[in-house]
Amino acid sequence: MTAEGRKERGSEQELVLLLQSGDELAFERLVREQGGRLLAVARRFLRDEEEARDAVQEGFLSAYRALDRFDQGSRLSTWLHRIVINACLMRLRSRRRRPEEPIEDFLPRFQDDGHQVRHPTPEWEGSAETLLAQSQTRAIVREAIDRLPDSYRGVLLLRDIEELSTEEAARSLGVTENAVKIRLHRARQALRGLLEPHFRRTASC
Amino acid sequence: MDNRPYITCLELIEFLHIYLDGELPPDRVVEFERHLSVCDSCVHYLSTYKETISLGKAVCRDPDAPVGAEVPEELVAAILSARRGAS
Repeated sequence: MTAEGRKERGSEQELVLLLQSGDELAFERLVREQGGRLLAVARRFLRDEEEARDAVQEGFLSAYRALDRFDQGSRLSTWLHRIVINACLMRLRSRRRRPEEPIEDFLPRFQDDGHQVRHPTPEWEGSAETLLAQSQTRAIVREAIDRLPDSYRGVLLLRDIEELSTEEAARSLGVTENAVKIRLHRARQALRGLLEPHFRRTASC
Repeated sequence: MDNRPYITCLELIEFLHIYLDGELPPDRVVEFERHLSVCDSCVHYLSTYKETISLGKAVCRDPDAPVGAEVPEELVAAILSARRGAS
């Protein structure tokens, strides 16, 4: 660990001790330092400002109640991040089913013989890096992720963005590892399908 | 001349994630690559599938909300009030 890392860890340990002793100012400092980032994470999972704020509040409250059990070997920010994600997943699970766009519309289509000759996949205008240089790309991708049904968006965020392992994602979602793999593949396929009309290379004369 | 039938686009795309994770048995990998050598559509599918993952990661990891990002005052107040209620 670098000297800076040791210093940071030292000040984090001090903060944890203050939090565990019930110091209200330390708690407020934690909320102000971490709240914005956690709110952005909750917004991605829940796509609803009020629910995202509620999930962050629940997360901080759960963390407050569990401070005595906080393992000094962990990072406070990572620990909070996980708690807020769990609060989001609980909300996704208990959410009344909203009408979801059928994902099948964005999956590839095949002929009866299993080939896609009549519906060939086109090339895109460029790589992710090239596309990201265009001003509208980020908004298009964000909107497409938001359009994914909850169960697919959740698994995509956990695996591709939060980088949980298949095993961890399965545990968080209460499903089998195989279900995580299949759902992730479907979610990526659907996202690809949603992006295609925006990024496909158009025929030039 | 190799007269074995090619796997279909459906088979390739259905198991693409396993291929990309390196979890396909070697004989299946040969079949995948044999199909890709003759099917532009699946080559495009594979590359755009990978670009999709990269785009998702890049967009969701934007440093638009780093540690210390602004948190709405009402939310701070609500959290602090809930904490006092839980004490």
